[in-house]
Amino acid sequence: MPPQALEGVRVLDVTQLIAGPYATKLLADYGADVIKIERPGTGDVSRRLGPFVHDEPHPEKSGLFLHLNSNKRGMTLDLKSATGRKIFLRLAESANVVVESFSPGTMAALGLGYESLREVNPRIIVTSISNYGQTGPYRDYKTSEIIAYAMGGPMHATGLPEREPMKLGGSVIQHQTGAAAATATAMAIWAAESNGHGEHLDLSLFRTQASSQDRRTTMLVGAQYTNENSDRRPPGASTANGIRPCADGYIAIMGAANRFAGVVRMMGQPELLTDPRFDTVVKRSMPDTSEEFDTHYIPFLMQYTKRELFAMAQKNGLPSGPVFTAEDLYLEPHFRERGFWQQVRHPVAGEVTQTGRPFIMNATPWRQTRAAPTLGQHNEEILTSLGYERRDIARLHTLGVL
Amino acid sequence: MTAMAHLPLSGIRVLDLTAVWAGPHCTMLLCDWGAEVIRVESTQVYQPNTRGHMAKVPQDLPRMRKGWGSMYPDWTPGARPWNRYPVFQSHARNKLSMTADLRRPEGRAVFMELLKTADLVIENNVPETIEKLHVTYEEIVKARPDLIMLRMPAYGLSGQYKNFRSFGMQLEGTTGHTWIRGYADMDASMRDDTFFGDAAAGVAGAYAALLALRHRRRTGKGQLVEMAQAENFIPYLGEAVMDYTMNQRVHSTLGNRHHSAAPQGVYRCKGVEAWLTLTVNNDGEWQAFCNVIGRADLLRDPRFATGIARYKNQDDLDKAIELWTQVRTPWEAAKALQAQGVPAGPVLNDLELVADPQMEAFGYFKELTHLEAGTHKYPGLTWSAAETPNELRTPPCRLGEHNPYVYKELLAVTDETYRVLEETGHIGMDYAPHVP
Repeated sequence: MPPQALEGVRVLDVTQLIAGPYATKLLADYGADVIKIERPGTGDVSRRLGPFVHDEPHPEKSGLFLHLNSNKRGMTLDLKSATGRKIFLRLAESANVVVESFSPGTMAALGLGYESLREVNPRIIVTSISNYGQTGPYRDYKTSEIIAYAMGGPMHATGLPEREPMKLGGSVIQHQTGAAAATATAMAIWAAESNGHGEHLDLSLFRTQASSQDRRTTMLVGAQYTNENSDRRPPGASTANGIRPCADGYIAIMGAANRFAGVVRMMGQPELLTDPRFDTVVKRSMPDTSEEFDTHYIPFLMQYTKRELFAMAQKNGLPSGPVFTAEDLYLEPHFRERGFWQQVRHPVAGEVTQTGRPFIMNATPWRQTRAAPTLGQHNEEILTSLGYERRDIARLHTLGVL
Repeated sequence: MTAMAHLPLSGIRVLDLTAVWAGPHCTMLLCDWGAEVIRVESTQVYQPNTRGHMAKVPQDLPRMRKGWGSMYPDWTPGARPWNRYPVFQSHARNKLSMTADLRRPEGRAVFMELLKTADLVIENNVPETIEKLHVTYEEIVKARPDLIMLRMPAYGLSGQYKNFRSFGMQLEGTTGHTWIRGYADMDASMRDDTFFGDAAAGVAGAYAALLALRHRRRTGKGQLVEMAQAENFIPYLGEAVMDYTMNQRVHSTLGNRHHSAAPQGVYRCKGVEAWLTLTVNNDGEWQAFCNVIGRADLLRDPRFATGIARYKNQDDLDKAIELWTQVRTPWEAAKALQAQGVPAGPVLNDLELVADPQMEAFGYFKELTHLEAGTHKYPGLTWSAAETPNELRTPPCRLGEHNPYVYKELLAVTDETYRVLEETGHIGMDYAPHVP
């Protein structure tokens, strides 16, 4: 079997919910040995969040947890106990990375801050993921998916002008913070292997949003250039541009400006290009023109499915995409034929289908090797490797350390 | 040339063939941390949407049709709009720009020479563009046997959608994101454009590049890395995807609601375009919330007694919440709630974010002087590293700005050759007259 890119990297993961677990999943997916450390008894909060397999709430059947934690080993440990702390420091001696997502200051209060970890391992990389950062006036504020987008992201410019600003779907902001944390961690691993020094990385939901190339950075530059804020714009105001209904749902086609010729070609009505109602870019930028054009355009679109229109639009050089539901996406042959979806067998949850590789590395492949760990699944294996005997481990269980 | 020796990627050279957003975001992250990123551009072909929609932008158009994509300095495209386009300026700091027309033999020869000095080639074009230029991994690896090439098209290098074109907003549709966002009470055609897949692909692309660099250092071997931007983004929609694969349930949009916590929403505050967001996760936060807004009576109301009851009846709460928010500024409301442990925050517009005290504490914005755009603050680094002080170094690169460095220092071409390449439209700082 070919090697994986992060072979030989050991990660201690004391994160929960989404951002931290997605960061460590990306590390695990490409070969790092990730030990997920959970609170004894209850474990990661996401174990209590749905969706659940067959809608049956159960700590081993949370789809969110299964999705975010495959390829990791799992153990339980009470970091507040002296023994728990001692075990963590033993593990840190041979680890390359600690990823944590506690409130800022918590790790230090546990005696496990960057300085303490450096004492046992001078090359340790600590990746801290927080709401707003490890310092600064907002350090102790709480956040959520919507708040992070409101403060850091371009929410002020998302939605309709006459309505309230609108968040994005699901938990994309938390996932994005996780991906940024994996990138920062890989950068620090590269540096540690170059110069032997450790690192303490400070990532937050707030700052990741403010620096992500989904319009916000452009708007921030634009605001500097013009002293104006961006605002919410009505969709579809430009002729033949944006999301429109079709026979079985919706299709997004970019038909604005110089792409209009492709739209009328696709429609088989090239004469519309020289129609005095639509014949200049300026006219086609007017909302009234867009409505007028829709009286021709929508009847055309309603004759075809979103997949048919996707192909027709592409043939005419129009950037486009069908508006898929999760079902459409799952059934879509393109992703199936590329082998994207993964069947994963879990001892309690059974066989579930999960998302596959975010990217394909030809020499050092992504690999699905194990399902998400059950709570404390690898306690014995990991503690045995530190020299603990079976009866010690049983005693630690009884004491509630594990 | 501009890399700083203490940065982790100092000494790594990237040839950057990227366009628009996702690819440039990826190379920006590598460049921020010390890689020398050389954008390989052409004065003969306009890359749509990368340095603007067109080279010859009518001077009055941006001011007439204001929008985030046309925020040129003072709304004026200027003599060289491509050096002032805000989308480009948002990622091009620290990078270098050289020009060569890769479609012609002399331009290709320049690229192949440069390739010998480079560690990575990164691109995010539709696959057929790279094939037509004959710069696929297979075609160029001989010149640099340990080459790492990262290709990140929308749908991958195989499959029926291989050569399909999608920008971020259409990719959001294909991946299922568009379907689960937007106003719950409005038709899906009323959803505006968002581009989150670009943000996602950029970050993951940099991650992929770092993994490949590590493998090369350990084994001496390069490789081709392929990212279908759609596949990179699908895992971000984990809850919706898993609910379908496990339970065959199709999620639709929840608007600004949370899938289980309530209340959550956006509330009108005192002022123009003044909004507060908040999320109440549990009974403790609910009690604190009611006390802060002076509505202890709600704690005794059976409609809101449990988390599930609050979720079902949260529409009834919106009016009560807005009565409280509408006489406060977003920050007054957010601070009062945060002081009692309730998650809340204002919707920050761009000028507010630039002046934000937390951003100030990070030193996030950095002033840079650009010869054709003037002196402005630019958004900075995605994260901080305690042992590795870092900040933005040079302003967004102008088209062809670093031709002298690349041609004369790196490739050691003679003055005569340089002059010929200028005359034949490879080297330059302006688009050819025929480029619209």
